[in-house]
Amino acid sequence: MTKTGNTRIKESKIDRLFIGAIYVFLVLILIAVLYPLIYIVSASFSSASAVTSGSVWLWPVEPTLLGYTTVFKNPQILQGFYNSLFYTVVGTFISVSITIMLAYPLSRKTFYGRKLIMILLVFTMIFDGGLIPLYLVVKSLHLIDTIWALLLPSALAVFQVIIARTFFQSTIPDELVEASEMDGCSDIGFILKVVLPLSKPIIAVLVLMYAVMKWNMYFDALIYLKSEELYPLQLILRSILILNTDPSANIEDILKMQGLKELMKYSLIVISSLPVLVLYPFVQKHFVKGMLIGSVKG
Amino acid sequence: MKTEVINQQGIEKAGIKTLAVSKHSRWKKIKKHWQLYFLVVIPLAFLITFKYVPMAGIVIAFKEYSVVKGIFGSDWVGLKYFKDFFQSPNFSLLLKNTLGLSIYGLIVGFICPIILALALNEVQNARFKKFVQTVTYAPYFISTVIMVSIIILFLSPNAGFVNNILGLFGIEPINFLGNPIYFKSIYVWSDVWQNTGYATIIYLAALAGIDTQLYEAAKVDGANRFQKIMNVDLPGIFPIIIVLLILNVGSIMSLGFEKIYLLQNPLNTNSSEVISTYVYKVGLLGANFSFASAVGLFNSIVNFILIFTANKISKRFSSSSLW
Repeated sequence: MTKTGNTRIKESKIDRLFIGAIYVFLVLILIAVLYPLIYIVSASFSSASAVTSGSVWLWPVEPTLLGYTTVFKNPQILQGFYNSLFYTVVGTFISVSITIMLAYPLSRKTFYGRKLIMILLVFTMIFDGGLIPLYLVVKSLHLIDTIWALLLPSALAVFQVIIARTFFQSTIPDELVEASEMDGCSDIGFILKVVLPLSKPIIAVLVLMYAVMKWNMYFDALIYLKSEELYPLQLILRSILILNTDPSANIEDILKMQGLKELMKYSLIVISSLPVLVLYPFVQKHFVKGMLIGSVKG
Repeated sequence: MKTEVINQQGIEKAGIKTLAVSKHSRWKKIKKHWQLYFLVVIPLAFLITFKYVPMAGIVIAFKEYSVVKGIFGSDWVGLKYFKDFFQSPNFSLLLKNTLGLSIYGLIVGFICPIILALALNEVQNARFKKFVQTVTYAPYFISTVIMVSIIILFLSPNAGFVNNILGLFGIEPINFLGNPIYFKSIYVWSDVWQNTGYATIIYLAALAGIDTQLYEAAKVDGANRFQKIMNVDLPGIFPIIIVLLILNVGSIMSLGFEKIYLLQNPLNTNSSEVISTYVYKVGLLGANFSFASAVGLFNSIVNFILIFTANKISKRFSSSSLW
């Protein structure tokens, strides 16, 4: 009796040590993830000289909004911001529409060819034609250097179709479909009146997933666009932040102050992440939901 | 399943006559639900135009592409461009970089989320757990361009954050991105920073689904927490681990072009030039469409073989597989 009691205490001691180690581990990870983010925000509010001399450690040094005012004075960035907003809103609308148009019929057991279409969809996940043939297709459709190049080729995402289909399968019971058929309701009428109102959770998931994808997208713009006035924000960011080219000639005069450019980079990072950041609580919730629906099928 | 079997038997018994009837009723059903088939047309047009037509367009890898003659009118050259690629001095370097980067990334990037998920699963304090999840998921939503900008700013030799810290220890500033030695680690570990938290979602869901009786049984057997993780948690999420591993193996050759291309500079191309960046440069920037398509096709085929083999192996040694 006493012996078992002893071993139990001994075990829990090991366990307590173990769980303590886990908490320390997680706190270290928290710091590793959070600290760079805090640093960027703090640097964006600091003075240019503080940033370039490396005296920012945790909180803003000599707080100023100079970085931000410089960003907002740049017409190119504003144009890019506006373009990205357009591509995100219109692109998300197109993507969500065609995703539902494909996913709902695929969820119906009476739909002939659903197996074939599913195979066609999944096959694109394990084999693709590659960059050049796709580029040539887009080119032959005369989409190069038009807004459609960013809206159409990447509109349909297979993973999103699969999670939408899984959702419809599990939430729209066959009895409901049959009952509506009895009442003489057409398929499209049923989708508009019954399916869509019942599918608000999955629509939210799709909207957010596509919107984040489109806001962050830069590769399509890089290969398909030539005119700068069509550039999305990410491409403008690339030229300022990574290629280090000067945003435009007149801004060059304002940037005479040494280091202002470095400061502006931090402010730019914060501003361009802002839309996703503001939505983050919703985004997080719905992305997790989407991932879980997706993982049901594997 | 059951009705299917019955149907089949019924058809076999009744012979051809019922087959004709069922075909007729199938047409009737399709007619009745014509709106569903109508809806599918537009998305299928997208799928075919932007996924399957490019697959057919792969033929230009075997042709001498000419703008005038178009994809299908150009002259055949057989395996010329494949030979060119295999014999080019770049081939071994590209293959080495591609495989090196992706296998390094696969191993590190695959293990980290499992460890984090197992650790998070031990936390009883719900608020702390939620907080850690919220924070670690966040970097996933940062765009590639911003992520690379952060890397460049932090690693900059002049007053970059990392060199500031090294300076505290009296270490001279290091030009991390200018040295090929560091490239692979920069790429892989910044990915870990960005994606590990988000990748735990699936594992945490699988862990939550483990039968609680198993934990009670482990308790009765006197298992401590660590033994419980090794003997209950890990076997519990093993099927998911295998499925994700197969998927990851299948993408070994399709390294994210976006991030590598942005991280590249003339000083580090020796270790940063991979097949996808090479295809972009030769194909689109150099307008050498046929050669680049051949390189891209080689890439796709290797990927396809890898995912197929991984699936077969896993089918043989465990019950989980993709198909």
